[in-house]
Amino acid sequence: MNFLSIFVAVPLLMLLGLWLVKDQKGIRAVMVAGSTVLLIAAAVLTVMFLKERAVNDAEMLFTASFDWIKPLHIKYSVGVDGISVAMLLLSAVIVFTGTFVSWDMNKEYFLWFTLLSAGVFGFFISIDMFTMFMFYEVALIPMYLLIGVWGTGKKEYAAMKLTLMLMGGSAFLMCGIFGIFYGAGGLTMNIVDIANQTNGAHAIPVQVQHIWFPLTFAGFGVLGALFPFHTWSPDGHASAPTAVSMLHAGVLMKLGGYGCFRIAMYLMPQGAQDLGWIFLILTGISVVYGAFSACVQTDLKYINAYSSVSHCGLVLFGILMVNQVAATGAVIQMLSHGLTTALFFALIGMIYGRTHTRDIREMSGLMRIMPFLAVCYVIAGLANLGLPGFSGFVAEMTIFVGAFEHADTFHRFLTIAGCTSIVITAVYILRLVGKVLYGTATNEHHLHLTDARWEERFAVICLIFCIAALGCAPLWVSDMIGTGVAPIVDHINTFVTNASFNPFMK
Amino acid sequence: MDYSQFLFMREELSLLAVILIIFLADLFMSKEPKEGEAAKGSKIGLVACVLLGIHTLCNLVPCCGMEREVTAFGGMYVHTAMMTIVKSILNVGTLVVFLMANGWLGREENRVKQGEFYLITLFTVLGMYFMISSGHFLMFFIGLELASVPLAALVAFDKWRYESAEAGAKFILLALFSSALLLYGVSLIYGITGTLYFTELGAMLIGLNENLLLAVLGLTLFIAGMGFKISLVPFHLWTADTYEGAPTVVTGYLSVVSKGSAAFVLMTVLMKVFADTTLASQWNIGLFWLIVASITIANIFAIQQKNLKRFMAFSAISQAGYLVLAVMGGTAQGMTALVYYLLVYMVADLGVFAILNVVEQHSGRIRMDDYDGLYETNPKLAFLMTLCLFSLAGIPPFAGMFSKFFVFMAAFNAGYQWLVLIALVNTVISLYYYLLIVKAMYINKSENPVPAFKSDGYTKVALVICVAGVVLAGIIGVGYNYIDTFAYGME
Repeated sequence: MNFLSIFVAVPLLMLLGLWLVKDQKGIRAVMVAGSTVLLIAAAVLTVMFLKERAVNDAEMLFTASFDWIKPLHIKYSVGVDGISVAMLLLSAVIVFTGTFVSWDMNKEYFLWFTLLSAGVFGFFISIDMFTMFMFYEVALIPMYLLIGVWGTGKKEYAAMKLTLMLMGGSAFLMCGIFGIFYGAGGLTMNIVDIANQTNGAHAIPVQVQHIWFPLTFAGFGVLGALFPFHTWSPDGHASAPTAVSMLHAGVLMKLGGYGCFRIAMYLMPQGAQDLGWIFLILTGISVVYGAFSACVQTDLKYINAYSSVSHCGLVLFGILMVNQVAATGAVIQMLSHGLTTALFFALIGMIYGRTHTRDIREMSGLMRIMPFLAVCYVIAGLANLGLPGFSGFVAEMTIFVGAFEHADTFHRFLTIAGCTSIVITAVYILRLVGKVLYGTATNEHHLHLTDARWEERFAVICLIFCIAALGCAPLWVSDMIGTGVAPIVDHINTFVTNASFNPFMK
Repeated sequence: MDYSQFLFMREELSLLAVILIIFLADLFMSKEPKEGEAAKGSKIGLVACVLLGIHTLCNLVPCCGMEREVTAFGGMYVHTAMMTIVKSILNVGTLVVFLMANGWLGREENRVKQGEFYLITLFTVLGMYFMISSGHFLMFFIGLELASVPLAALVAFDKWRYESAEAGAKFILLALFSSALLLYGVSLIYGITGTLYFTELGAMLIGLNENLLLAVLGLTLFIAGMGFKISLVPFHLWTADTYEGAPTVVTGYLSVVSKGSAAFVLMTVLMKVFADTTLASQWNIGLFWLIVASITIANIFAIQQKNLKRFMAFSAISQAGYLVLAVMGGTAQGMTALVYYLLVYMVADLGVFAILNVVEQHSGRIRMDDYDGLYETNPKLAFLMTLCLFSLAGIPPFAGMFSKFFVFMAAFNAGYQWLVLIALVNTVISLYYYLLIVKAMYINKSENPVPAFKSDGYTKVALVICVAGVVLAGIIGVGYNYIDTFAYGME
């Protein structure tokens, strides 16, 4: 067994452990032990990867492949590049902190939570389309029960909507995978093989790419909250229990962006070059529309959910620019958004657990009542609006610099429109902070509330540390990501855009 | 006559032996109740399960000269290795049905006729065996009738219940009607060619010119007749009522074993007899629309059902659509996908029926809102039900996702991309209604939930078989790889 499979094996062992233990202490012990092992494994992997990368310039490192379903050329293949290492690190951090945030939950909750994380880790390590797709769906379905059973508000509606929309996306995706597989000759499911046309794969015919690229991209785009398929996201995030919101906004939505980049664009480069403009417009709408929607919401979670739509839009926006700088920025944005949103949702969950309301009109002056949470909330807000020193600044800056490299009016216009989202983000974040945290406390029920407990503080501090670290020393991360982005971007750019497909480019 | 030909039929002979032993055992084991005394149950159920289990194990995989295609009785009987696999799947399904039937047959009304249940069921299995292995339309028809007429008796087994008797009547009438259609189609084919042997028909139907229309008409009637057996829309109208009225155990049997064998036979006959290019394109078009209609309409109806047996009926119709999707193009890959789908669908569907049955036996409740809060009272059953439903809906890591993936892949490879897309969109709809049950069990609260109870040992064994299949059949790819070695397609 390749050691990358640890990332799937550990959650499976955790499932077994959870099944066996009886009391809350045992559950916590299993969860903390397992998620710590995952975190350490991710850290060790990062070090090993950087060492190996210095001497080995293969596209995927630590690859291994086992025959699974031979007649259909399906293999269990794993391997990592700079992007997936970064994503694994992010997932490990979020799962680790998520465990502490959901300290009081029961056994079944953790069972589904762990299954979800197994899916996420499996997705990021696999380089076989079938394996990847399987893990993708494994990560989706536990959400239904996690939201439906342990959620708040209109949870049944939100859970059903989320599950059906995401599964609808994966239906298109499955078709796209068939299109790619048979388009490339039907001899290998390995992503790298198909892209480099080795092991019997040949170039996918252009007209085939034109059919399946939009479907595949939209399929992943549903999870990446691409406008107009984003509507599951606000409802889902608002109803989900805290740690699930964290994991979902923090990691799961990244599956969408990662898949768009790694499968849709990488394997169908001509399709991406010709038809990418459609999605570029849609993501531009996501970015601006998400930010404006966040301005008018009064529920803390809805504000953050729309903010996620806007920031995840930037991820897709970055990768669709198809150049080294913007795509690297997009991956950093995945990390940054994952961490900040997780922090946001963790804090909102903690505040909601105390005030029992998320309506900003009913809260004010929380800074005096729960100073720790309030200060952290301010930090999260500033990180989210892209203050230098935090991760958000690095990510957005890189994306927009990269996007500006395109000199034509179409890309310029969209870049400028996207940039406005930074200003709008500042509007809703500052308004929120001023309203909820500062001022005098008007609601007397809130006066006797307590500040965060130790496990909550621990989780929050971990996340803030990561955000600040990423913001202050982005270079090693962006270098690592750059090594992963470069072959993909170069591969796509060997194909020339056929401008006749884009009415705005004439 | 060369009596060694009988050796090629060892599966049929072995099953016949099992039937005879059970018949004799039942004769000696059951005692006629005395006047004014309640009937006593016998241990015939155990005997039947053990015998069928032995039969299943003995004929599990093709071996000892059965790996190749053999023909006996001048072409009346044809056997390929793939047929052994299909028969094994039917055996396992029947075994699970027998295991879950025990609690129901132990009821006072049914005690006197326990043995009959096993006998009738095994006779239908024997009919399916002959239907699968037939090389001649007459043989095929006898097998088909043996497989469907006794089923009516099974459907009406709870004769003290009005609905059961009604369902039996509906079933027999429509089964006969469909048989008549099928026979008419066969007679048209006979009129063109003058033979009923599949191999000769396959050769003679190639390149027809003046009789093409007649052949297409015969083909259409044949597909319509089979459509009744597989319950494809628009030939599905009997399904919901029959499934609802029949005893739950029999419903499970109908929706899996009977339907699955018919789907496989549809594929082999179409491939062998209607292999001509023009005819093949005709049946592909026909099946295309049948599949679209079955999947879509059944899904829309399933959403509205409140009675779970009716619900499972529509779910079974839509699953039949996916099953027939593998027939498209008549490829070897499709055949593997079909048999594998059958296996996976069988374990998942029978798992659901085992739970429906055990809940019905203990509380007499079968409506969807009766399942509200089942998780609170019977968490294990609710969990197993969730696994089986996820598998039916095609959620990984359970086997259902693998089987769906392979079926879609086969149809995609055969060139039916848009059909695959339609089917995929429909899986999302089906996920919605499967999740409704999960929602009822886990999320809905009920003031009067099904009380906690302990299932009997037989049901537990049945559930273990089903859940093991649901969890392992997909992840362990060996099953598909093994089945694929026996697959064959049209040239």
